[in-house]
Amino acid sequence: MNIVVCIKQVPDTESQIKIGADGKTIATDDIKWVMNPYDEFGVEEALRIQKAKGGTVTVVGAGPKRVTEALRTALAMGADKAVLVEDEGLYGADPMAVAKILAAAIKPLTPDLVFLGQRAIDDDAGLVGSALAEHLDMPNLSVVTKLDLGEGSVTAQRPVEGQTLVLEAPLPALITTQKGLNEPRYASLPGIMKAKKKPLEVKTLADLGVDAAGKASVAALNPPPSRAAGKTIGGETPQDLAAALAKALRDEAKVI
Amino acid sequence: MAGVWVIAEHRDGAFRKITFEAASAAKTVADALGADVTAVVLGGGLEAACADLGKYGVAKVLYADSADLTVYSTEGYAAAVADLAKSGAPDVIIFGASMQGKDLAGRLAAKLDTSVAVDCTALKVDGGKLVATRPIYAGKIYADVLVTGAPQIATLRPNVFDVVETGASAAVEKVSPAVGAIKVKQVEALAEEGGKIDLTEATIIVSGGRGMKEADNFKLLEALADALGGTVGASRSAVDAGWRSHHDQVGQTGKVVTPNLYIACGISGAIQHLAGMGSSKVIVAINKDADAPIHTKADFCVVADLFDVVPALTEECKKLG
Repeated sequence: MNIVVCIKQVPDTESQIKIGADGKTIATDDIKWVMNPYDEFGVEEALRIQKAKGGTVTVVGAGPKRVTEALRTALAMGADKAVLVEDEGLYGADPMAVAKILAAAIKPLTPDLVFLGQRAIDDDAGLVGSALAEHLDMPNLSVVTKLDLGEGSVTAQRPVEGQTLVLEAPLPALITTQKGLNEPRYASLPGIMKAKKKPLEVKTLADLGVDAAGKASVAALNPPPSRAAGKTIGGETPQDLAAALAKALRDEAKVI
Repeated sequence: MAGVWVIAEHRDGAFRKITFEAASAAKTVADALGADVTAVVLGGGLEAACADLGKYGVAKVLYADSADLTVYSTEGYAAAVADLAKSGAPDVIIFGASMQGKDLAGRLAAKLDTSVAVDCTALKVDGGKLVATRPIYAGKIYADVLVTGAPQIATLRPNVFDVVETGASAAVEKVSPAVGAIKVKQVEALAEEGGKIDLTEATIIVSGGRGMKEADNFKLLEALADALGGTVGASRSAVDAGWRSHHDQVGQTGKVVTPNLYIACGISGAIQHLAGMGSSKVIVAINKDADAPIHTKADFCVVADLFDVVPALTEECKKLG
């Protein structure tokens, strides 16, 4: 079983995000960078499948040199090798360009399974998964919370609004992972030591014969719309407070 | 046939509300472009419903009455829409950023060699082009995105765009797009317990955090949600503690929600939680800690013990009902 897991490096969820001087990108000076949390589920699932069926787990990232850290984290969790498509301009690139770049890096690896997080928690786009599947000519199963590997096929559970769909696809297939699929392991100290010696291949866009030109651009970044200051509900007893709140929601806000 | 297209979403023979939201938003965009709205309906048994889309500003419906498309598949939908778009050449394609729309967007854009503004909360037309506003970093920042490829594709966050009825009827044209091979098969659709409304579609959410102390105490929130016709959500702390399923998690690593009313009970308001619910229309915070950050985001703050106030509020709401 040949398994590829795509890794994106993103700002930690506790990061304050500030708009950069150009008004179109974020200021990156105060950011703690981590592996996209949804990608951890893909690494874990790949390692579990490898344990059961054998094979190789390759992690693939695209972005500036610092993405090496996220790839090393995946290697420390247990992945065998890594490929980084290194390009300083890729952070914030159009996801559709990233999908093409990842496809060029992944094709030679001829994977049976490709995993990605269901979305990255920075641009929240969730476009790369199904676009990459199209470029790799694979079926895709999105936002998966349960996966069973059969002989030459996978069965997945995908929660949608009010339902959970059970989907089946032949291999090779691309899966995007959602919280609930598994509990990702932490990298152990021996794992971290071993990761330093595992192969990490660096490629350029030119090596792959692709470029970062996208089909979308950011015209401006703005802070979120501000909210008016809140009103404190007064009252002596819980009953008074509840009555005053219910009245405010009904008469003032008109939401109940 | 250039213009603005809407991809309809349906389940069990009926259009979903997001379809009407997308059609209404598309009408506004089409008016600004001096164009018409065309809806694309894929799947069988929907002929009667198609004409009704006129009510939401749709001038024409392209209806592919195909058994292969009755159940949504990424491959089938992407192939069919791409095939229709190659001959129809729409300027703009709009659909919901629902679970289906989010899945479709990337594959469709890859087929058409364009890009997508995903999960938009506002649309405007500037210089004959669609400029879409979308929250990124779970709402910590808002980006104005210009799709430079053609067609421009935008998906809309559910429950943000108003449904506007105009009262006309749409002309229905039958089409037979190429669907190609569909490798993914839907084996079954399991109904969620209690048939509860998904958080992303809920108009009222009652959410609990670490202050709930234990799983059993969420009964109080279930009772309030029942009285209001709402859905129960949870903060990451509550989910990580094992009190609620991850399906219920609101925040940057959970669901981003936009209900009309969000009642946060015993939630301190960590930045990653605020990111997930900050665009709710009305926010209520019930937290005995007056310094909890959630109070700075709330429209109505109740500084009191949730274990006293929530049951009292449930009783008040029952009186209203």
